[in-house]
Amino acid sequence: MVSVRDAVCLLGNFPALAGADLELESGEVVLLEGPNGAGKSTLLRLCAGLIGLRQGSGDVLGNDLATRGGRQQTRRAVGLLAHHSALYGELTVEENVRFWSRANRAFDADVEPALERLGLSDRLRSVPVAALSAGQRRRTALAVVVCRRARLWLLDEPHAGLDAAGRDLVDGLVRDAAAAGATVLLSSHEIDRATDLAHRVVRVVAGQTPVSGGHS
Amino acid sequence: MRVRSELLADAWLVASKDLRIERSSRVVASQVLPFGLIVLILFGFGISPDRRVVEADRTVLEQVAPGLFWLTVFLASLLALGRSFAIESADGSLEALRLTGLDPGGVFLGKSLAVAAELLVLEALLGAGALLLYGAPLGHPFLLMVVVVAATASIAAAGTLYSALASGSRVRDTLVPVLVLPALAPALLGATLATEAALFGPPSDGWPWAGLLGAFAVLYFGAGMLSFGLMLEET
Repeated sequence: MVSVRDAVCLLGNFPALAGADLELESGEVVLLEGPNGAGKSTLLRLCAGLIGLRQGSGDVLGNDLATRGGRQQTRRAVGLLAHHSALYGELTVEENVRFWSRANRAFDADVEPALERLGLSDRLRSVPVAALSAGQRRRTALAVVVCRRARLWLLDEPHAGLDAAGRDLVDGLVRDAAAAGATVLLSSHEIDRATDLAHRVVRVVAGQTPVSGGHS
Repeated sequence: MRVRSELLADAWLVASKDLRIERSSRVVASQVLPFGLIVLILFGFGISPDRRVVEADRTVLEQVAPGLFWLTVFLASLLALGRSFAIESADGSLEALRLTGLDPGGVFLGKSLAVAAELLVLEALLGAGALLLYGAPLGHPFLLMVVVVAATASIAAAGTLYSALASGSRVRDTLVPVLVLPALAPALLGATLATEAALFGPPSDGWPWAGLLGAFAVLYFGAGMLSFGLMLEET
């Protein structure tokens, strides 16, 4: 599903990844754990095909991350929840989810169930995103990921900004996705919660993955 | 054929999204249009309305109205173009667009069309303002319409291309005018001369310039659609 070996990625001149390894099997939920600036987000973005490899090799869903074509194919196949929600503040919740759903070539019929699952199907659906709280925005961004029905979910701090009910909702989504055969790679500072959720924890330190593969 | 219909569907999806955002935020209506009107009025203050061009028996203001109108449109278009990419970079949407299956050419076309639609409304209102303030005659409306459409397409296509080019830069806001205005200089010249011919005649003098504007638009639409994917990749 995912195989990254000795990956080196530069952000400007800074080596955000300096020899990271990662192996993911189908249906696995893997937590990336490490301090701020360790390279967790960069590893997620690498797996999403958003940044190139300076050194090493990477294969995601059968696509070679070393080539531009491989990265393009990867980007269309994964579901990424990034730090930014990528929502348009002037559009309503429903308009945002429908736009991204169509842009992602997802099914229109999946929008309604996703809004319902994320608790956005009532009055919130017609509220402009700019008027939402941070947690509601996060839920909207998650609805976009859910609609995408990706085989690989890449979640960067999915619990951030959410209340307890929202965090439970995220956990439920991750478990359901994994049960349906999707692979989930996530980073979270909610370590206890995320460790319970994950099958495995991969530690990221200074752009490297010195200890990996330990089952929780 | 399927590729072309997908490209057009993608363009429509992006253009309708941008226009819905404008309908909701009204930035063009509440900021770009007033800016354009202020510039038109200031140009009027700067040039004496009473001084006449002796050989043509027109006021200087009438004579230079086409140039002032297009210069105003070009300056106002910088705000519209800046807004077009500001909505994409505000919350990481430009990166999210890279993750979609949208054809980059369709994204470029959609963003250009949305800017063009906004500019057409802007030009209609600024045009009315220019006729009123500068007292220019409405000589040959058909040629004028063709010039407006061709010039708008030129501004939208070239402007979107250079705005996209600058979108990854931290100094985007100041970089866009530096890139766009020199690139649009031929379009400004063509639009001004063609409009002069449309207002004061003979119209036959205006058609070659209108053709040049059309060619300019086609060139930039083609370049943008071919290179937008690469630009998204590099942002």
